[in-house]
Amino acid sequence: MQTVKMVITGPFSAGKTEFISSVSEIDVVTTERKISSDAERVKEETTVAMDFGRITVDDDLVLYLFGTPGQRRFDFMWEILSEGMLGFIVLVDSVRPETFREAKHILEVFRGYASTPYVVAANKQDLPDAWSPEDLRIALKIEKDIKVLACVARDKESVKTVLLELLYSILENMQGDEA
Amino acid sequence: MALKGNLRDFSTTQLLNLVNLARKTGKLTINGLSENASLYFREGRLVYAATNAQEGHLAAMLLKTGKLTREQADAINNQAANSSDRVMGKYLMDARLVSRDDIVQGVKDYMLEIVYDLFTWTDGDFFFEQDALPANDRITVPLNLDNVILEGSRRIEQFEKLQDELPDLGIIALKITDKPLRDVKLTQDDWRVISHIHPRNSVKQIAMNNNMDEFQIRKIVYGMLQAGLVEIIRPEGLEQKKTIAPITRAGRKAASQSPAEKRSVVTKLIDRIRRI
Ligand SMILES: Nc1nc2c(ncn2[C@@H]2O[C@H](COP(=O)(O)OP(=O)(O)OP(=O)(O)O)[C@@H](O)[C@H]2O)c(=O)[nH]1
Ligand SMILES: [Mg+2]
Repeated sequence: MQTVKMVITGPFSAGKTEFISSVSEIDVVTTERKISSDAERVKEETTVAMDFGRITVDDDLVLYLFGTPGQRRFDFMWEILSEGMLGFIVLVDSVRPETFREAKHILEVFRGYASTPYVVAANKQDLPDAWSPEDLRIALKIEKDIKVLACVARDKESVKTVLLELLYSILENMQGDEA
Repeated sequence: MALKGNLRDFSTTQLLNLVNLARKTGKLTINGLSENASLYFREGRLVYAATNAQEGHLAAMLLKTGKLTREQADAINNQAANSSDRVMGKYLMDARLVSRDDIVQGVKDYMLEIVYDLFTWTDGDFFFEQDALPANDRITVPLNLDNVILEGSRRIEQFEKLQDELPDLGIIALKITDKPLRDVKLTQDDWRVISHIHPRNSVKQIAMNNNMDEFQIRKIVYGMLQAGLVEIIRPEGLEQKKTIAPITRAGRKAASQSPAEKRSVVTKLIDRIRRI
């Protein structure tokens, strides 16, 4: 049995849990355990805080979707979550410009962990105040070769499109590596 | 689709940069703490500016920018208060009070004064109305935003703002973009910085080479970055953090797979997600 994973990251309340819930075949496991004073010396091992979803392909292959914890105090989990990922998605809350700087920061940190492909999803496009993907690309200074996609995390079809676009980028990247 | 927020989160420099790059047409309203401003753009160029404190009629603009005296402006306002700026402009030229160039320069100076001031605003809700244009009778002069951004960012006085945009000067280098430099007005200091740009020179080194302090170099680099003249790269010789070797069992398996196997995994995932 092979498992592969993708990481869904982004600022607090960007819609990561919603995104994973829309396509996961299991209820999204959201875990967050308080750090008890006893446990503090081994923080990393006792604190679990992330979203976890699953898509089974066949008997031999399963895709896991991991959502990073939104709160800053769980930053130390990012690196662990990013190990061995196939690619990652940066979700941006398109109606809250106060989170753009944070989104860019998270993007850069994940890019530093691994050179895997990624896409940026401009979430909450159903809301009237949403910044357009084109404006977000400029606001976040996303390079031309990276996709910035419109997204509504509540809408399964929209989430599928974002996942597929990431997979297409991964495929392209593989072909590029071999050439 | 909207473009709204607060300058605390998205600065005047960033806003103008966005309008410039996206070649936007419309009206940007900024409600500052003590004043409100409206800027109008056509295809990414500034064409008109006004604030609630300064009504942007031609006589007032020309008075403000020294093309008309107070007496002349008052006389004109009395005689032709209700005529449009275009009509008034023609009247002023016919009366040989001002030349066409005076009018163009006056409108330009007036706009620049308003827009440069906006770079010092740190708080204020903004809001962009796509495709809104200034009233028909107004005299508009199109201004390229590259220069406005470059000059405006020199007026930023908050060190924190600059600190935010460019974190650690020791670990970034610059690259000149393919945007033509000849269309923009660079200062001597800009040129001094440009002459030291090299993939092996961190920004910190560039500053040292030029005897510039941190605030100076940040200001210059910030302006050039926002105007799209340079971009940030990692200095050569500074290794990017190594990709973490996959250590999970799944990871190890993936690492030992052939390219064809890896590709087949991705294709399977694509097929599966399409069927959800
Ligand atoms: N209108 C709209 N609301 C959304 C969308 N996606 C998420 N939301 C809402 O945004 C809020 C935050 O969504 P979550 O999925 O909890 O965000 P998160 O990124 O998991 O948040 P943290 O884990 O706390 O960082 C919730 O109220 C969601 O219902 C969307 O596409 N459109
Ligand atoms: Mg969540």
